Amino acid sequence: MNGPPGLPGIFGHFSYFVTIFLLVAGLFIVIARGNLIKKLVGLGIFQTSVYLLYIAPGKLIGGTAPILSDAFKVYSNPIPHVLILTAIVVGVATLALGLALVVRIREAYGTIEEDEILLQESGPAGADAR
Amino acid sequence: MSLANHLPALQVVLPLLAAPLTVLLRRPGLAFVVAVAASWCALAIALMLALQVHDGGAFSYAIGNWQAPLGIEYRVDELSSLMLVLVAGTASVVLPFARGSIEREIPPQQHYLFYTMFLLCMTGLLGISITGDAFNIFVFLEISSLSTYVLIALGRDRRALLAAYQYLIMGTIGATFIVIAIGLLYLMTGTLNLADLGRRIGSASGTRPVLAALAFLTVGVSLKAALFPLHQWLPNAYAYAPSAVSAFVAATATKVAVYVLLRFYFSVFGEAQVFGRLPMEEMMLLLALAGMFAASTIAIFQTDLKRLFAYSSVGQVGYIILGLSYDSVTGLTASIAHLVNHGVTKGAAFMLLGIVVASIGGTTLARVHGLGRLMPWTSAGIVLAGLSLIGVPGTAGFVTKWYLVLAALEKGQWWLVFLIVASSLLSLMYVWRFVEAAYFREPRKDIVPAPVPASMWIPTAVLLAAVVIFGLDTTYTVDPAVRAAEMLMGGPR
Repeated sequence: MNGPPGLPGIFGHFSYFVTIFLLVAGLFIVIARGNLIKKLVGLGIFQTSVYLLYIAPGKLIGGTAPILSDAFKVYSNPIPHVLILTAIVVGVATLALGLALVVRIREAYGTIEEDEILLQESGPAGADAR
Repeated sequence: MSLANHLPALQVVLPLLAAPLTVLLRRPGLAFVVAVAASWCALAIALMLALQVHDGGAFSYAIGNWQAPLGIEYRVDELSSLMLVLVAGTASVVLPFARGSIEREIPPQQHYLFYTMFLLCMTGLLGISITGDAFNIFVFLEISSLSTYVLIALGRDRRALLAAYQYLIMGTIGATFIVIAIGLLYLMTGTLNLADLGRRIGSASGTRPVLAALAFLTVGVSLKAALFPLHQWLPNAYAYAPSAVSAFVAATATKVAVYVLLRFYFSVFGEAQVFGRLPMEEMMLLLALAGMFAASTIAIFQTDLKRLFAYSSVGQVGYIILGLSYDSVTGLTASIAHLVNHGVTKGAAFMLLGIVVASIGGTTLARVHGLGRLMPWTSAGIVLAGLSLIGVPGTAGFVTKWYLVLAALEKGQWWLVFLIVASSLLSLMYVWRFVEAAYFREPRKDIVPAPVPASMWIPTAVLLAAVVIFGLDTTYTVDPAVRAAEMLMGGPR
């Protein structure tokens, strides 16, 4: 809630509006798109928007890194940055694994469209007769 | 003794270090030995920690000697030590079983990677149970989830890939919701330590960000725990994963997610805030009942035994949440005891199905016709696990049902007792589907059961014995559960 002084509410909360928009947009892509790659792109946007939720409130305008010196009085909270560094690593790992799975799915099914894959599964060649 | 002081750290570090070791060794045999040794050591450590808690009460361990609110704290109390024993115990039984099972289900060049992923998954689950830091929970959650996705994708059916992908999408959404909740809590309190959060949240209780955090957390954890409407990933994941993976994940992953829910509800938000300010009791009750009835009904119509037991898992999560929704010591006792009882039962059930796969190549109901004559011991075992799912006296499942009924009567909700019994009848129907196929049909002529190595049936027998023992003697399940429930209901630490 640390918007610059003098700005009316909606601008003061600008970063939160951006965060929520990206969050919802990412989630929408995951749900609405049938292409497995596009789903992962949506998931990436969804995860990345959360980084903003952590970073934006931790940053003070004009603040520096927490350095013990008389020259600096105002500093930004470093913990959210460190936490998000961890979250970025997790996000990269998730994306890499997701893409690897899509490669394997394409090898197995010959397509990365969800509806075509489901059609193959429900078709007469279903493996349930095994 | 200096090493004994570091047991909480070793609990997590040991399997974490063993995982890359299996990659370096590459030989499946060596990797197997390392993995089993690591899991047995982890079980020994978990038992020692449980004893320490039993004798001296809960205690903390400061990672790197950085003290609690600033540094990361590992906290061992009645509830977390029970989860540690469950996870490490299941792993030490499933790993010896896994060798024979994956030889028949996974290509040999991937065997050592199986052990790596298994150890990482175990590390994550142990870490979630022991850590006292909110963000740490997320990191361990992702360690266990990412390795679970890989383990599921190792399944021999190509649908395993799709199941792993779907689980990855759903699981990541769930984990991200949990991160949002933790972020909101951090914004409001300025701390990530769970105990500290519990103390500081008091002044912010009831504010919108805290309630939003509660909502995000509930949805995120419910996805991970496969609570009824968010269970879509579970049936395919359990059905197409290698049998050893199904056994381990079914016994532990959803249980640890429920543990996270309990931990946040009672140790952080506080029981008064969760159940006093919001209609959480009614909501949880409704979702639990929906899960118990809908998932058990779907289970009746499955044609594959692995899918049948997977849907039964969704129903059983309903019982655990039902106990939580009572918001009483007896209810929580039922929930916590069912974490163990159902974990043991479902682990045994999926291991038995692993034996069936290894022996006759599949688990469709059409394939197991006459199994009672072909493999009498295995069939009897599956029936025993089924009886525990129904809740027949003498099995682990009965103990939980008993406490659920007691908790319902305590609140004067006798109609709930009828619903619990009615849902047990649904379980009876899906177990009967197996009994009918195995005992009242002629065996198929084209199927000759292959012999199964002792390394597979001995661990399975151990877990089945636990199902019966926990049904007859509740010293090791209900007593710790009561202590954990009393600790949780005692409010924020």
